[in-house]
Amino acid sequence: MSEGHHKQSFWSKYIWSTDHKVIGIQYGITSLVWLLFGFALMAIMRYQLAYPGSPVPIVGSLLGEGGILPSEMYNSLGAMHGTIMIFLGVVPLAFGAFGNYLVPLQIGAIDMAFPKLNAASYWTYFLGSVIMVTGFFVPGGAANSGWTSYPPLANTATMGQTVWLLGMVMLITSSLLGSVNILVTVIQLRTDGMTWMKLPIFVWTQFITAFLLLLAFPPLEAAGILQLMDRLVNTSFFMPSGLVVSGEVLQNAGGGSPLLWQHLFWFLAHPEVYVLILPAFGIVTEVIANNTRKPIKGYNSLVYAMVFLGFMSFIVWAHHMYLTGMGTTIGAFFQTTTMIISIPSVVILTALLLSLWGGSIRFNTPMLFALGFLPMFGIGGLTGLPLGLAAADIHLHDTYYVIGHFHYVVAPGTIFALFAGIYYWFPKLTGKRTNETLGKLHFFSSFICMNGVFMPMFVTGLAGVSRRLWDGGESYAHAAGVFQLNELMSISAWLLGVAQLFFIINMVISLRSKKTGESNPWSATTIDWTDTTSPPLGHGNFDKVPTVYHGPYEYSVPGSKKDFLPQSQKG
Amino acid sequence: MDIPFNVKERPDTGLYNGKLGIWFFLASEVMLFGGLFSAYIFLRNGVDNWPAGTDYLDVPLATLNTLFLISSSVTMVMSWASLKLNDFNKYKFYTLITLLFAFGFLVIKYFEYSAKFSHHYYPSTNNFLGIYFTMTGLHVLHIIGGILVIGYFYGPGSKMWNSDPERFTNRVEIVGLYWHFVDLVWIFLFPVLYLL
Amino acid sequence: MTPEEVKHHVKTYVLVFVALAFLTIVTVAISYIDLGVKGGIALGLFVASIKASLVACYFMHLLDEKATIYWTLIATAISFLILIFLPVGAFLAQARVY
Repeated sequence: MSEGHHKQSFWSKYIWSTDHKVIGIQYGITSLVWLLFGFALMAIMRYQLAYPGSPVPIVGSLLGEGGILPSEMYNSLGAMHGTIMIFLGVVPLAFGAFGNYLVPLQIGAIDMAFPKLNAASYWTYFLGSVIMVTGFFVPGGAANSGWTSYPPLANTATMGQTVWLLGMVMLITSSLLGSVNILVTVIQLRTDGMTWMKLPIFVWTQFITAFLLLLAFPPLEAAGILQLMDRLVNTSFFMPSGLVVSGEVLQNAGGGSPLLWQHLFWFLAHPEVYVLILPAFGIVTEVIANNTRKPIKGYNSLVYAMVFLGFMSFIVWAHHMYLTGMGTTIGAFFQTTTMIISIPSVVILTALLLSLWGGSIRFNTPMLFALGFLPMFGIGGLTGLPLGLAAADIHLHDTYYVIGHFHYVVAPGTIFALFAGIYYWFPKLTGKRTNETLGKLHFFSSFICMNGVFMPMFVTGLAGVSRRLWDGGESYAHAAGVFQLNELMSISAWLLGVAQLFFIINMVISLRSKKTGESNPWSATTIDWTDTTSPPLGHGNFDKVPTVYHGPYEYSVPGSKKDFLPQSQKG
Repeated sequence: MDIPFNVKERPDTGLYNGKLGIWFFLASEVMLFGGLFSAYIFLRNGVDNWPAGTDYLDVPLATLNTLFLISSSVTMVMSWASLKLNDFNKYKFYTLITLLFAFGFLVIKYFEYSAKFSHHYYPSTNNFLGIYFTMTGLHVLHIIGGILVIGYFYGPGSKMWNSDPERFTNRVEIVGLYWHFVDLVWIFLFPVLYLL
Repeated sequence: MTPEEVKHHVKTYVLVFVALAFLTIVTVAISYIDLGVKGGIALGLFVASIKASLVACYFMHLLDEKATIYWTLIATAISFLILIFLPVGAFLAQARVY
């Protein structure tokens, strides 16, 4: 391999690059765009929920007759909002962007183990996401059977569902390539002295996430292949005998089982939620350690809890299927494992909370988002408990209570952590600082609006309002007492959208500001801050590849001159 | 700027990167075919009238196919061993035999599938045939993928033997591991679909 | 692996190939014995597992492999077993009205 640095063309430097930093930024920009798009879909849906049957302003002409959102399109927006936010937005941002950019830097590696494979995984993601979204342009519109695509509905749905399946196959492939890369990189490319228990918690979370994706995604790929076969060549893997659709008996062999899809789907989709939260735990840990100027409390407990969480995530999935007629024994099994899996989450949250005690807390923008994450994830986690108990779930299943629960963990949970990460690592990527005033405005407005959108969902859910209702429950008697909350939630959602302008403007202004020249403005201890070349980071990442001498959070070491001791400095 | 441990093993793990990578990839493949095996078990348990493999399938042909794959597996490991023993010509010889056996497998599969279609046995006919076509079809796609990569290392890719023999040997070992896995899947597919 | 070790292994590869070919014939032969559905499945999978172990241990060099690979495969085996047994187990333990 040539040692000289030949001049690279624009295309090989920025587009087909195999440099993990460029690929990380590619994942970051693409996923942020999809997050915004997924948000916009929901903003349209929420108009219908607040004012059923009214013409939707601005985009009404794209929707239906008279500018009113038709019910089938409402279903498409719902299914695509979920799919896009999870598979095109959060996971590529948390794992593809943050993981690719930071893991090599935090372990002292010059790149990922397989740079070309890395580029392949990004472009597969890009292609898969484009395929996914073309569903909106096929006859019948995009997939409209929920992000969960349950048969027989999904099997008999319009062409958009086939497009969804093809998109998913590509996205899953991208994910698998990325997982292999992260796993091999962390195992093989740790620098001298970087033993397992000296890894930053961020790297541990990416490692465990990669394992979950590696082993849990393929069964969904298998299920996707089976559903494609059902739709395209008329097999009956998921189709029971004797189905009648729109008054006509289906001409297929029958003998299949919709439950089979549910098992294979949730085998992935439950570990998937831990894929959504683990990187967030990692980012929040880094930001809290840095901004309390003290070591994290319970490093070992955090690692063991996360590993245990990863393992347990494979044996709880049927708590999404309590109402499918399963027997009491099997229901009790899944209920027990589900209750047990709440324990490591509590251990992790407790460790993070205890880490604040006695800290010299700096309330900068990343820290505000990290602090906000803690109670929001707490609410999300606690509201998961009644859902995990089979008896209570009889009442709560498929209601807005579920939507409230999972949005709390992902939206003011994971997404807040991701914002914390963006604000925190922005100086490392660019050599510039973000504007603190805009950052604080972004945080406080988002925090208030998030709660405005999702807290009332617990109320409407408990009242019995089902999810995926096009009219928001207007035609259901039991929703009468709580229907007016829809308008409050919608207005909060639209204000939440406006609040993101603080972030977007901040990014634009900050990117155009002058470089500060600082390499470690947060006085952090991890080697991604202390030993990398001056930002923006160049080829090879480090002027000299560092050796690591101790743990990652040596802040306020007694007797030390400064309040932080870099990992690469003998102390 | 070279990635460490691409060729030389990392001391504490004893592995080079590609070997670890392919085993992780094979782990995901176990789960992919596992999903289909799980579907097979689930579907078969759901009905009383699951047909026997011999009702539809040709056991002698599939036995021959099994022998083809086992043979290709041994010639594949022999081709890697030849590189370790510095015999490039033997490597080419064994790799060619491997490819021939792999093509043989595809040819027999072609005859099998055509025979089904000519009897009007399609994936949609019943779930046994559905899962048969899906599982063997996915397996065939993996065979084709293997042929492409092994073929590349037989042909243009083999130039690396001159510039970086150790790295080339590792690559052949890695594709060999993939190929053995494809053989492994068939070792289970054959009795499950054809004999049970 | 040194060239001497490889030469020794080559002998093993040939033996394993013969064993695999033989076991293939055995697999087909025992399928003609009537052991009932459960017996047939158990025996068929048992023989297949022996063949698979031979391929894995000798052709894929698993016998000489490193701890990292073993741990990966153990984790994979556990997830695989969960995927195979739990869904059908849940199905068979379904609530029945009659």
